[in-house]
Amino acid sequence: MARTGLIARKLGMMRVFDENGTHIPVTVLQVDRVQVVAHRTRERDGYVALQIGGGFRKPKNAGNPLRGHFRKAEVEPKEVLTEFHVAEDGLVPVGATLTANHFVVGQKVDVSGTTIGKGFAGAMKRWNFGGLRATHGVSLSHRSHGSTGQRQDPGKVFKNKKMAGHMGDKRITTQNLTVVRTDAERNLVMIKGAVPGSAGRWVEIRDAVKHALPEAAPKPGGFTGRAA
Amino acid sequence: MNLIETLEAEELARVTAGKTIPAFRPGDTLRVNVKIKEGERERVQAYEGVCIGRAGSGLNENFTVRKISFGEGVERIFPVCSPSIDSITVVRNGKVRRAKLYYLRDRRGRSARIAERVVARPAKG
Repeated sequence: MARTGLIARKLGMMRVFDENGTHIPVTVLQVDRVQVVAHRTRERDGYVALQIGGGFRKPKNAGNPLRGHFRKAEVEPKEVLTEFHVAEDGLVPVGATLTANHFVVGQKVDVSGTTIGKGFAGAMKRWNFGGLRATHGVSLSHRSHGSTGQRQDPGKVFKNKKMAGHMGDKRITTQNLTVVRTDAERNLVMIKGAVPGSAGRWVEIRDAVKHALPEAAPKPGGFTGRAA
Repeated sequence: MNLIETLEAEELARVTAGKTIPAFRPGDTLRVNVKIKEGERERVQAYEGVCIGRAGSGLNENFTVRKISFGEGVERIFPVCSPSIDSITVVRNGKVRRAKLYYLRDRRGRSARIAERVVARPAKG
């Protein structure tokens, strides 16, 4: 059964110590006022998904159509909205508040987010190219890439050739991260290692596609309020 | 205080619960009792040397201890609040004028000695 994911705000990183005394670098993610805003159903939309909103947006900053959308779900206006595809029996009632104990400690998760933008970056920074030599006649191009192709045949630069260009600020999924701790009271999820994006940005947390879901994980999800 | 700072303070309180970390400075000679796990057994090994610097703060604070082991200089870096440290005792207070005593790395024997710092005796009470 495909469970829904969660959206969370990245707060930053810290360290925790486990019972053996080894330290674990963790990213702290806050599941801030995350509620189900709408359902996508097979009959109406052709696919089954949950629309989930998180954070808080002042009503005056939400347009009238958007306000109506939130009013229908009887939730406060949200800062971000995301859809998660789920199985037919994975639907969580509209208006329910998803909590951090949706995930269990030790579980593997995939985290998607927008990476920190690096602007226009050269080939050395963007693709880890080696650059040219410091001496032996190289002038003004120590950090450039080298050749980009072959000879008259094929006579062109192949598509997707690694070159300088815009780096970062794109959607990346980091797979197989471990949930180290969850805090249902403050709605925090601590995940081992780094997740994409800067602190303050929103990320999506899903059950890992490459690992089986632990038995203890709540189905269809960990939530409070508004029963089905 | 932001949430990360709060969480760090809580983690610090959790890992240092029931432990007292003595006040020590660079130049002090320390005996660090380190917990070592051998299979199922756990034992404590003492590591004694000169503290040559402290870095970081709060939960992220480390200190470096240097000693000469069989004629070879050895430095170990410990997190101050690491759960694998059983206890720390200050063997000797040293008088130094630097925060980082990296100059000791180039010295051996007499020139690597550190003068004793006279510490005011705690008031009798």
